[in-house]
Amino acid sequence: MNKLSLWGLFGLVIRRDLMLAMRRRADVLTTLIFFVIVVSLFPLAVGSEMDMLRKMAPGVVWVAALLASMLSLGRMFSADYLDGTLEQMLLVPQSLSILVLGKIVAHWMLSGLPLVLMAPVLGLQFDMSGQALLVLVFSLLIGTPVLSMIGAFGAALTLGLRGGGVLVSLLVLPLCIPVLIFGTGAVTAVTGGVSAASNLSLLGAFLLMSLLFTPWVSAHALRISME
Amino acid sequence: MNWLEFFAMKGYAWYIWGSYGIAILMIAVEIILVIHKRKITLQQLRLIRDADKED
Amino acid sequence: MAINWFKYAAPSTFYGLAGKLVPWFAWPAAILFCVGMYIGFFVAPTDAVQSEAYRIIFIHVPASILSMMIYLIMAGYAALGLIFNTRLSSMMATALAPTGALLAFISLWTGSLWGKPMWGAWWVWDARLTSELILLFLYLGFIALQSSIEDPRRADRAGALLAIVGSVNVPIIYFSVKWWNTLHQGSTVKMSGTSMHIAMQQAMFTMFAAMWLYAIAIALLRVRSIILERERNTQWVTELAEMQQ
Repeated sequence: MNKLSLWGLFGLVIRRDLMLAMRRRADVLTTLIFFVIVVSLFPLAVGSEMDMLRKMAPGVVWVAALLASMLSLGRMFSADYLDGTLEQMLLVPQSLSILVLGKIVAHWMLSGLPLVLMAPVLGLQFDMSGQALLVLVFSLLIGTPVLSMIGAFGAALTLGLRGGGVLVSLLVLPLCIPVLIFGTGAVTAVTGGVSAASNLSLLGAFLLMSLLFTPWVSAHALRISME
Repeated sequence: MNWLEFFAMKGYAWYIWGSYGIAILMIAVEIILVIHKRKITLQQLRLIRDADKED
Repeated sequence: MAINWFKYAAPSTFYGLAGKLVPWFAWPAAILFCVGMYIGFFVAPTDAVQSEAYRIIFIHVPASILSMMIYLIMAGYAALGLIFNTRLSSMMATALAPTGALLAFISLWTGSLWGKPMWGAWWVWDARLTSELILLFLYLGFIALQSSIEDPRRADRAGALLAIVGSVNVPIIYFSVKWWNTLHQGSTVKMSGTSMHIAMQQAMFTMFAAMWLYAIAIALLRVRSIILERERNTQWVTELAEMQQ
């Protein structure tokens, strides 16, 4: 078998995860449906006064995105852990970090990206202006990958533990708070007439920092969990 | 020194004594728990050692 | 006299040392606590702006600062344990966590009780209190993670990684919350005049020292139980005086 290049392996991991997910489409869809339901719960709970909803909108959408992202974290490593594939991945001569990055990208494409695409529709429920919607979508586009990355770290640490989804959420949610603050901050800025540039650039900075560190840290966590 | 006035703390009694009260209570609980944990640990170790001796 | 410090990196020798040190930290802590309370309540005057309620700061501020310090120290020990593979360092980290969490909780509780008379609400989303809340979550996450892992070495290493990532995030979280807070709230803590009365400073410093010594004492005490449990299968544990019964 000819040796795969590093990026070849990267692409292979993504394609494999996507393929596996396509066979179990229900998993991907349930996350999306959860997102929609949670967002729709808020107007039902707090009343349909448009002014208030418009103010709440970015927060609601972002919190729902966070929760939906937490839900799907279990899938990232556990299937491979259970059937032994993960052990094989640890033995691969190429860098484990790149493999983990591949898994993160696949996870984002299956959970973060659908949220980004769904968000405009949901924003309309809250009577958000076009400009606000645009910024919301953009903030989600930059922010959800960071959520996937932080989530990967949590999932790697808690591999195989009882406690399951709740434990991962307890670990990961505090770390996601800055993303939440600046994601919603961007939209609030724009609806307030100020530029969203500072918020979005901070989100971008988080994205870059996570790209640099999380695959490596998560790979380390995987090794710790698998010994 | 008028103790009644002192404890009333110009009307803020509940807040002040509530703060200090809970803080001291929790510290006391922590101390008790740590001492208790030591006792239990020693007990368990003795049990294990005695169980091993019986074999 | 040359002391071989590395001797104390072994759980067996540290156990004895810790036991001897506890009273040296515990008693001064208790005394300083009483002195601090005395200065805080009987020497420090009533504040012109905040009346008597400000006296809560003598426990609130030390608790806040210590909870943050302990998190960093805990992460430091955990990192040492991870890098050098020393069991005792990781045990110290595990021993510090509950105390740090407790102090974070006390900080939140007293902060809330201070906020109510001052700003009229049981919870004020100011930057410091909110960061403190997140710090509490970080502590609880660390404790929860370690409790759910059976293998002690995996628990040590996983906790260490989490603590390190947490410490890197603490400044980020603080900055984010501070930024977020300036949008939503204007009020900052104001006391009469910009400089605190000398007695207030003295009380605060004394209480801080008291709580720091307490934290060290309780952590040393706790680590002894942890050592006993982890080292239960060794010769030196079975030969301990406490065990001869």
